[in-house]
Amino acid sequence: METLQVRIWRGTDEGGFQDFEVPRQESPTVLDVVTYVQRKCDPTLAYRFACRVGVCGSCAMTVNGVSRWTCRTHVSKVAADNKLEIAPLRNLPVIKDLVTDMQEFFDKWARARGSFAGSTTRKDEFARVEPQSKERRRVDAGIECIGCGVCYSACDVVNWNKDYLGPAALNRAWTLVNDVRDTARAARLAAVAGDAGCHACHTHLNCTERCPKGLSPTAGIAGLKRAVLAATLTGEILNNE
Amino acid sequence: MSRRSEVLLWGAQRISAMVLALCVIVHLLTMIYAVRSGLSAAEILGRTQGNAAWLAFYALFVASVSVHAPIGLRTILSETFNWRGRSLDVLTGVIGLSLAMWGMRAVVAVFSGGGA
Repeated sequence: METLQVRIWRGTDEGGFQDFEVPRQESPTVLDVVTYVQRKCDPTLAYRFACRVGVCGSCAMTVNGVSRWTCRTHVSKVAADNKLEIAPLRNLPVIKDLVTDMQEFFDKWARARGSFAGSTTRKDEFARVEPQSKERRRVDAGIECIGCGVCYSACDVVNWNKDYLGPAALNRAWTLVNDVRDTARAARLAAVAGDAGCHACHTHLNCTERCPKGLSPTAGIAGLKRAVLAATLTGEILNNE
Repeated sequence: MSRRSEVLLWGAQRISAMVLALCVIVHLLTMIYAVRSGLSAAEILGRTQGNAAWLAFYALFVASVSVHAPIGLRTILSETFNWRGRSLDVLTGVIGLSLAMWGMRAVVAVFSGGGA
């Protein structure tokens, strides 16, 4: 039977790759391969997954050097020579093997004021947002983020500047800046301004290239850069800094 | 440096980049014209000396370089060496002022014919 040569990262930030030989099935995903290794070869292998269908965003790893969601990545797409090297996501601390600590990733969503701030209650009427309006179309373009961390792992600027909020948090901020119901626009623009915020992005487009949902955080970040500059020049934000 | 200043620096770098793009094109076309026409240094200086249009153009060029280069250098040094804070801002500020001073010295010399 044809086999796959699989190298999997073991350890924490310190560690090394361990080799496994896995039977090549008809049409496995990379997550299937990792699951096979854990169930058949070494039950101490740690990895993270939940839905297996590209919804939960928990199974992202570095596959043959590229950050990917493993549940929707077919082995045939990435291992033409029957070799797989599977490592944890980059730019995040490794807890064990393929499991990273996502705390700083989600803390940065909070720093970017990534939660909706409304002004109505359940007793009020539903807000009516025109589907074809400019703002609504901008929200649509970025709203499907599943928080997998692939963009954060692929981003060069995160690697160089640990304070940088990163593509996912900024993409979230951009969807809220364009949400006409939201009431925290000024505070959010101030939160994403400057050297640790949207203005640190070099437009390398790694996040856009790697996003498994086909989003473009780069486009949202470019929008934030312009919105923050305009708000700064008009005195809407950062007056006392 | 305040975040307001960081945002304004980003804006200044974007605007100076647009100006530089035009200046570089004009400068290159001028150089190609001068070389292909076989103009000597004396002939070139004969056209620039006392010409307020060339003075204004190259003064703008130098100003754009003096704004654009130190802002970019500040980011490169920060990301490469994890260098932040006042020392970095002062160093890149001095570099910007130096570029402006030496650049304008050359522009004035080409305009006035004085020794540079």
